[in-house]
Amino acid sequence: MKLDLLAALNAERRARRAAVLVTDLASHAQRLVRAHEIAGDPLAEALGERLAMGKSGTIEHEGASYFLNVQAPPSRLVVIGAVHVSQALARMAQLTGFDVTIVDPRTAFASPERFPDVRVIADWPDRVLPGIGLDRYTGVAALTHDPKIDDPALALALRSQCFYIGALGSRKTHARRVDRLQAAGFDAAAIARIHAPIGLDIGAVSPAEIAVSILGEIVLDLRRKPLRTEKRS
Amino acid sequence: MNSTDDDILQQAEQWRRAGKGVALATVVETWGSAPRPVGSHLVIDEDGLFLGSVSGGCVEGDVVTEAQDVIADGRARMLEYGVADETAWRVGLSCGGRIRVYVEKVD
Repeated sequence: MKLDLLAALNAERRARRAAVLVTDLASHAQRLVRAHEIAGDPLAEALGERLAMGKSGTIEHEGASYFLNVQAPPSRLVVIGAVHVSQALARMAQLTGFDVTIVDPRTAFASPERFPDVRVIADWPDRVLPGIGLDRYTGVAALTHDPKIDDPALALALRSQCFYIGALGSRKTHARRVDRLQAAGFDAAAIARIHAPIGLDIGAVSPAEIAVSILGEIVLDLRRKPLRTEKRS
Repeated sequence: MNSTDDDILQQAEQWRRAGKGVALATVVETWGSAPRPVGSHLVIDEDGLFLGSVSGGCVEGDVVTEAQDVIADGRARMLEYGVADETAWRVGLSCGGRIRVYVEKVD
């Protein structure tokens, strides 16, 4: 691979733009096709399909073999609430490869001492999230239990393409949340995007265990694979 | 160090800019229960330093060795690994899968 091609690929990744690296496996010729350039490429159809699936692979086209390496932007997780569960979730999510940001307007919670090595923004979600830009490679977990903080974040998440939306709280808490979101104009289909109660049902008790259940659910949505148990039933 | 694809591709660029010989290995095809998905990268420098993985550890040693030849002569190669054969000297995948790995020089 030419260094300038590698540099261009890294630049796309840093800018959180999707691209596909095409390699002709016989001639070794390579080119980088950025998402907005796909329509004009001879392999447009295959490139579009592969990008939508997020899956790299080898294809045949007019007698030649091409390897399509799909470069999706790094996944991000925005955690609303600098709470106890967030302390465990942030570290686990970073280890899993997520770029993590924690947002909480309460400065006593959102302190660097409580979250070493994690980006913490001590401000209101409705002021911070538009700047972050919720895209299809970003997940949002609302963990404060406080509607003043969680609701504006959920509203912005529901209006975005983000791949995951979860909200902490019991079924009762969520029922009240649904009422508020409906009053704010969201229909049932939109509200159904929210995972609540948040997390996979693994009997989690401690903050770290709850973080595992949330992170499991996030990875599941990111990879979009039905649970094995669901397939069986 | 827990490396993501981002770290790996950036490391490749950094090593090359620092004047090192660099090869990039990419999983281009898998059959059966392969340990790393298609698109996974391993970057290798001329001293045998590497970051990332193409098989979770089974064949990295061999890929790193082959990468030295790729760095030396600049020709890309396709490597294929299957189940370890007791009578063969080549390394294999203990999981029973098969993988094809494309190794190219960064120049």
